[in-house]
Amino acid sequence: MTSRNSSDYKPVGVLGAGNFGSAVANLLALKRPVLLFARDEEVVKRIEKTRENRGHKMHQNILATTDLERVARECEVIFPIVPSSHFRALMKKLSPFLYPYHILIHGTKGLDISLPPGQTIETVALLDRGCVKTMSEVIREESVAIRVGCLAGPNLSRELADQHPAATVIASPFNEVISIGKKLLRNDRFQVYGNNELIGVELAGVLKNIIAIASGALSGMGYGENARGLLISRGVVEMIHVGRALGGNVKAFLGVAGIGDLVTTSNSTLSRNFQVGYKLAQGMTLAEILSSMDEVAEGVNTVQIIKKCADFYKLRAPITSTLYKVLFEDLTIQQAISYLMRYPLNVDIDFLD
Amino acid sequence: MEVLEKKNKNKKYKPILEGIPDWPVYQLSKNRKEFIEEVAQKSFERIKEIRPTSKQMVDELEATIYREQQRMKRNRWRVDPPDEGKFWASIKEELIDLTSKPEEDNQLKIEALLNKIVNRYANEIAGNFKPSSYRFAREVITFWFGRLLNASRVKKFGGIFRNQYTLRDKIQIVGKVKQLRNLALKGTIVMVPTHFSNLDSILIGWVIHALGLPAFIYGAGLNLFNIKIFAYFMNSLGAYKVDRRKKNIPYLETLKCYSNLALQRGAHSLFFPGGTRSRSGMIEKTLKLGLLSTAIEAQRNIYLNVPDPEQRKIFVVPVTLNYHFVLEAPELIDDYLSSKGQDRYLPEQDKHGSLSMLKFLFKFFTKGSNISVSIGRCMDVLGNYVDDEGNSLDTNDRLINTKDYFMAGGHVTIDTQRENEYTRMLSQRIVEEYHRINRIFASHLVAFVAFEMWQKMHPKLDLFGLLRLPEEELTLDYEEFRKTCKNIRKRIYHLKEEGKANHATHLKGKIDEVIKHGLVNVGIFHLKRPLLRNKSGQIITQDLNLLYYYHNRLVGYDLEKFI
Repeated sequence: MTSRNSSDYKPVGVLGAGNFGSAVANLLALKRPVLLFARDEEVVKRIEKTRENRGHKMHQNILATTDLERVARECEVIFPIVPSSHFRALMKKLSPFLYPYHILIHGTKGLDISLPPGQTIETVALLDRGCVKTMSEVIREESVAIRVGCLAGPNLSRELADQHPAATVIASPFNEVISIGKKLLRNDRFQVYGNNELIGVELAGVLKNIIAIASGALSGMGYGENARGLLISRGVVEMIHVGRALGGNVKAFLGVAGIGDLVTTSNSTLSRNFQVGYKLAQGMTLAEILSSMDEVAEGVNTVQIIKKCADFYKLRAPITSTLYKVLFEDLTIQQAISYLMRYPLNVDIDFLD
Repeated sequence: MEVLEKKNKNKKYKPILEGIPDWPVYQLSKNRKEFIEEVAQKSFERIKEIRPTSKQMVDELEATIYREQQRMKRNRWRVDPPDEGKFWASIKEELIDLTSKPEEDNQLKIEALLNKIVNRYANEIAGNFKPSSYRFAREVITFWFGRLLNASRVKKFGGIFRNQYTLRDKIQIVGKVKQLRNLALKGTIVMVPTHFSNLDSILIGWVIHALGLPAFIYGAGLNLFNIKIFAYFMNSLGAYKVDRRKKNIPYLETLKCYSNLALQRGAHSLFFPGGTRSRSGMIEKTLKLGLLSTAIEAQRNIYLNVPDPEQRKIFVVPVTLNYHFVLEAPELIDDYLSSKGQDRYLPEQDKHGSLSMLKFLFKFFTKGSNISVSIGRCMDVLGNYVDDEGNSLDTNDRLINTKDYFMAGGHVTIDTQRENEYTRMLSQRIVEEYHRINRIFASHLVAFVAFEMWQKMHPKLDLFGLLRLPEEELTLDYEEFRKTCKNIRKRIYHLKEEGKANHATHLKGKIDEVIKHGLVNVGIFHLKRPLLRNKSGQIITQDLNLLYYYHNRLVGYDLEKFI
C-alpha cells in the first residue's frame, strides 16, 4: 500500500484557466497539488503574482504553467476544461504526451464539429452524427487516452467559489474513473455522483444550454414562473428526444446532470447562456451580446449545431429550431413564443414507453 | 467466369516452425493432465471469488444441478457421456445430504463438490491434439478436396486423378499474411473469424495449415461433435469443446479459464466471436464477450506475472470468410425470421428429400464456386494496429505500450470492470475490421441491389409484408437493375478508397459480366435460386427469403440510400 500512497500525492492537472477551470482547480487543490495550464503567459504570471483569477482566489496548492508536456508528465489525472471550439486543438497539442494510463475527465459542455473543407457552421445546411462529436469522443479520437469521463451538473462557478452546497456527476464507462474523480473532488460542501452513461450525460450538459437561452429570453420578456415551468418541462422532452437520437441514454437526462443542471441554469442570472437570452429579449442583437461577454456562451453554438442535426435526422425539436430562427434569422421573440404556443403536438410524456 | 478472376497468386507457405514438437498446442497436449488440473484449480478459485459465502455457493450448485438435469431430460446429444445421469444424481444427493444437516465443516465439503464439477467440466472441454492424427487429417482433407476439384474442373476423362488444381486455387487467401506469419513467432495469435457456415471450422483449420502456421486451439460447438467425421477432424486439429447448452457459472468460468490459461501458455487460439453462425447472413454486429475477454485477461496476467523480457504479446487477427453460397442458408434465414417476426412469420416445412440432396451433391462437385479468406491486420488486445515487429501504434503511428492500459498508479492492476469495458471496445474494433476486410463478391452485389429495389417498389410494406409477396409478382427490368448495380458498385469502390470495405477483383470490369458472374454464383447450389433472369431477360427470384439472406451481407455499409 505504500506505493498507493505515493500516487496519492501526485499532482492533478487542470487545462484551461477560465471561470469553471479555476473553480475546479480550487476544489482539487483541497486534496492534491494542482498544475493549472493556461495558454496565456500573462494569465500564468498574474495567478502566480496575485493568486487571483477571474474573481477566484486561487489556492496555494495551485501552480500555474504554460507547459503542457509537464502537466502530462507529472499528472496521471487531467481535467481539460476549455471551450469546445478550442478543445480539439488543445487535445492535438497534448496528445503526443499522453499515454494509455492517463485518466481524462473533461468539464466542457459543448460539441465539436468537423466540416468538409470550405464550409463553416453558418453555410453548412445539415450535420450528421459523424461530424458532431462530444468532448470525450474528441479525446478518444485525438489521443491514446481511453479512460475518459466528464464532469457535469449544476455547477455555477461563482457559487462553487463561495462554497455553497452543490453536486456534480462524473460520468464514465469506467468505474475506476468515477471513483478517482470522487476521491479528488468530494468534500463536505460538494457531493459527487457517478454515472456510466458518458455520452448521455455529456449530451444532457450540452443540450440544456439551449433551454437556458430560451429561459433567459422568457425572463427578459418579463414572463413569470408559469412560462418557465412550461419551458423547462417541454425542454426536458426535447432534450431527451434529440439526445436519444444522438446516442444518449434516457437515464442520463433524468439525473443531476440532466434535470438538475437544466433547472439551475434556466433559473440563474449567473449563467452566461441565460444572459444571452435575457439580453436578446431586451432588444440587443446577438453580435452586440457576444462582444459584451468575456467568455464563450456555448449555447449559441449548440443551437446551430443541434438545429442542423435535427434537420438531418428529421427530429422534431421546436424549441431549438425556433430559437435558431430568433438568433440567426429575423424572427422576434414575441413571434417565436406565439409560434410555440400554437405548436400542435400535445402529448405530455412519450419517452418512457 | 474464371477469366474475371485475377490470376491466382496464392503461393505455398513454408511452415514457420519446423517440427510439430515445437508447437505450443503440442506442448499443451503433452502436459494435458497437468494443464487440466490447473484449469480446474483456477476456475475453482474464480468461482469462489464470485460466490464468496457458502449460502451463495449452495444456491449456485443447486442451480447448476437443476439446469444440468433439465438439459439431460430435454436435450440429450449423441456426444454426451453415458455416465452423466449418474454423476449429477450423485452430486445432487451429496448436496442434499450436506444442506439438510448443518455442520461445521460443511464449507469444505461444498467446495469439494464444486471441485468435482469443475474437474469434470475441464476434462470435457479439453481438446486432445495428437500429432499423428493431425497429420493424417490434414492429408485427407488436402488430398480428397483436391481430387474432387480436379474431377469437376478438368473436363477430361480421368480428371479425378489429375493434379492440375489444388485447394489453393479454390480458396483464395488475401490480406496481411506475412505479418500474421511473423507475429505468430513473436507472440500469441487470437484469430477471430466471421461465422456463416458449419464448414467454417474445417475451412479455417485448412487455412491455418496452408499459411504454414502451427495448429491453433479453437472452441468448436459441441453440436458439431455429434457428426462423427467432423468430430474426428476437429479433435485432431486441436479443437476444444464448447457446449452452448450449458449456461451455468461453473461451466462458463471453466471454459474461460481454459482459454485464458492456454493463451498465457502461448497457444495460438481461434474463436468465432459471433458465437453461432450468423442467422441473418449479416456480418456480425455484436460479438459474444465471454471468450474475447479471456484474451484481455490473459494479456493482463502476462504483464502481471511474467518478468519483463519474456512478456509475450497477444495479437488479435480478424478474418472474414467470403462465400457465394452458404449450404445452410435456408434453415438459417428461417431461424432468423421466425425469431424476429414471432407470429408474423411461419416457416414453411419442406425439408429436402433424398433426390434433392443428390442433386445438390452433383452440383457441388461439378460447378465451381470460389471461397475467399481475408486476413485482417494484427491488433493488440485493445484493438490498436501493430507493426510488423508487434509494436502497438496509435492513429498517428506513435508507438504505445499495451501494458500502459492495465496500469494505475504506476502498477499493473486487476480491475474487472475496466477489462469488461475494454472487451466491449475490442469487440467494436473487430466488427469495424470485419466490414473493412470483407471481400464483396458480385453475388453479394446483385442480391443486395435486387432486394433493395423490390423493397423500394413497395415502400409501404415492412420486411415481413415484403417477404410474403408471391415470388411470381416480383420482376425487375434488366436495364434498371443494371444501372443501379453500376451505381452501387461505384459506391463500393468509394468505400474501398476510404478503407471501409474491400471487394473481390472479379467485381471490376464490364458491369454486364459482373452481373452475370453474380447471378450464376449467388446461392449457387440452392434448389430454388435466389436470383436469376427469366426468358425475357428480366430479373426474378425463386426464393425471396434466400435473396434476403444473401442481400444481408452488404447491410451495414449504408448503401441502401443509393438505391
